[in-house]
Amino acid sequence: MRHNINSDIALTHIITRKRQTLVAALGVTLGVGVYLFMNSLTSGFSSFSRDEMFKNSAHIKIYKDDELSQPLVPSAGSGHITVIVNPQVTTLSKKIINPEQLLSTIKQQPFVVNAISQVSFDAFYNRGKAQISGDCSGVNILDYDAMFKTSKYIVGGSLNRLQGNLNGIIIGSGIAEKLNLGIDDNITVTSSYNVVKVMKIVGIFTTGSSLTDNAKSYMNISTAQQFIKEGPSYVSNIFINIPDPNKSEEYAASLQQLTPYKVEDWKTTNADVLASGKTRDVLMSSIAMSILVVAAFGIYNILSSTIAQKINDIAILKATGFAGRDVIRIFLMEALIMGLIGTLIGLIIGAVLIEIMSNIYMGGPVGYFPIRFEPALFAKSFGLGVFITLCAGYFPARKAARVDPVEIFRK
Amino acid sequence: MEKREVILSTRSLGKYFYDPIKFKVLDNISFNAYKGEFLTLVGKSGSGKSTLLYCLSTMDTSYEGELFIGQERVTGKKVNELAALRNRSIGFIFQFHYLLPEFSCLKNVMIPALKLGKYSYKEVEERAYSKLDVLGIRDQALKPAAKLSGGQQQRVAIARALINDPAIIMCDEPTGNLDSRNTRIVFDIFKQIAHEFGQTIIAVTHDNDFAEASDRTIELADGKIISHDKNFDTYL
Repeated sequence: MRHNINSDIALTHIITRKRQTLVAALGVTLGVGVYLFMNSLTSGFSSFSRDEMFKNSAHIKIYKDDELSQPLVPSAGSGHITVIVNPQVTTLSKKIINPEQLLSTIKQQPFVVNAISQVSFDAFYNRGKAQISGDCSGVNILDYDAMFKTSKYIVGGSLNRLQGNLNGIIIGSGIAEKLNLGIDDNITVTSSYNVVKVMKIVGIFTTGSSLTDNAKSYMNISTAQQFIKEGPSYVSNIFINIPDPNKSEEYAASLQQLTPYKVEDWKTTNADVLASGKTRDVLMSSIAMSILVVAAFGIYNILSSTIAQKINDIAILKATGFAGRDVIRIFLMEALIMGLIGTLIGLIIGAVLIEIMSNIYMGGPVGYFPIRFEPALFAKSFGLGVFITLCAGYFPARKAARVDPVEIFRK
Repeated sequence: MEKREVILSTRSLGKYFYDPIKFKVLDNISFNAYKGEFLTLVGKSGSGKSTLLYCLSTMDTSYEGELFIGQERVTGKKVNELAALRNRSIGFIFQFHYLLPEFSCLKNVMIPALKLGKYSYKEVEERAYSKLDVLGIRDQALKPAAKLSGGQQQRVAIARALINDPAIIMCDEPTGNLDSRNTRIVFDIFKQIAHEFGQTIIAVTHDNDFAEASDRTIELADGKIISHDKNFDTYL
């Protein structure tokens, strides 16, 4: 094996200057550790808030969108008149025609994991004089559970009791509390179509979101159809789950080919939440990134001072036949060693911070802080740590390579 | 006497300094250096002798005219080619030893050979020991370079210059920092290198005794060669 003198010199420099090496490495450690930790925080929180979103909204939903009236109806002939009207919503019914066929067509698509239909309407929950307004979903509760994991939030009764029970209803814990109702109690539900029914509570759920808990209820799809005075062919939404939610736009586009109704993916529905999430991610990564850049300056500084002190050594190396690229390699290797030591310790520190953070109880529906070990983030932090130290090392190394030995020897 | 092999030659070498004003520091320098010759360059301070040496060393490339080392035209070669050429064919000795302080004497001597990569690590180590032996400092081999006396350090530097058996050894005031005893030692070593090993020594010096005792002395004044020594003719 040919002995590599460049790495030999680099290693000797590193070993004989342990303190400087350590200081530079510690800078990187801090940078990489914080970078990894902050990115894990944001990533953990992002996936948590996305899961929150999927509690209530499917990856893709199909519904009948409002249609606006044409503002101008031109005259058909000379005897007719032109009509100008204000644009208005003309949709009389939000019904999807022939939902069974549409649903089965959708289910045949190879990428569809699950598809369900839903009938939703605005409801009033009454007990005596007390009244709460809310909204009710008519669903096949077991299919619905498969999509939204509703059973996770059930605190009383069970989902199975709703199955086939046309008189049953599952209500949010907020409604139950306010109306002082429990399992097997009766509740009067009124729809905006003035249909009044007395239902039996077969289940109570708590999602942790008061907006949902205080308003939402579930019943069978045919019961819901009765509430809005519609037949069994009425469906207001179709929910679809796909394997990779990140690609929802593509799938939505291909589903749109199948139906004239509006196909909307979750990203469109939750654009506001996603945008604010993105803002948060950018904010956090730029803070983490700036810390990493500061750490890189540590390497730059220490390497620059090393080179200033070793200018004679560089001159003699160049005189005895080391080319500029050899000098660059020597100092880049030093930067790389410092960077590797720093990055590896930084990853360990980041992992410790993640472990500590994941054991902190946040309370409420969040529970323990949503943070996980993500190998991709570890890889990214490692790559970035090494890359940034190489960049920081390159400039002083290039300066060293440009040392003119004659200038040094003539002093 | 038969014609000796030319190891280095210049043709009309000229060089300017531009700071603070344009100034011709070397003017029309043409000479040959022969194999196994101990050549000294002398002249007053500012005569251009060191500047000439650095042009010959290939480290300074901003000159006019041509420089040949061996049969090769060196002028116009790329920086990396020149570095490889220096590694192979030129050894350097300066007034200051320029040893790398973190390394042992042995390692300092080995570095140019490891760079050359012609021999294995083990062989390079043996060669370095033998060079240190020639210079009488084998027993100091494993000490850090900084722990040696000035005379010993300069001898380690000479061993480093010799490690790749270069055709030419260039020296800039090699005895400038040494006392008379060490000067004597270095001088004897140079004689041995030139005459026994057949390597060419080109040394810049202001030490008249040192120059006097060399094979040939080229004297410079105001960037021009003003004399080629008394012995010059005997070599042609």
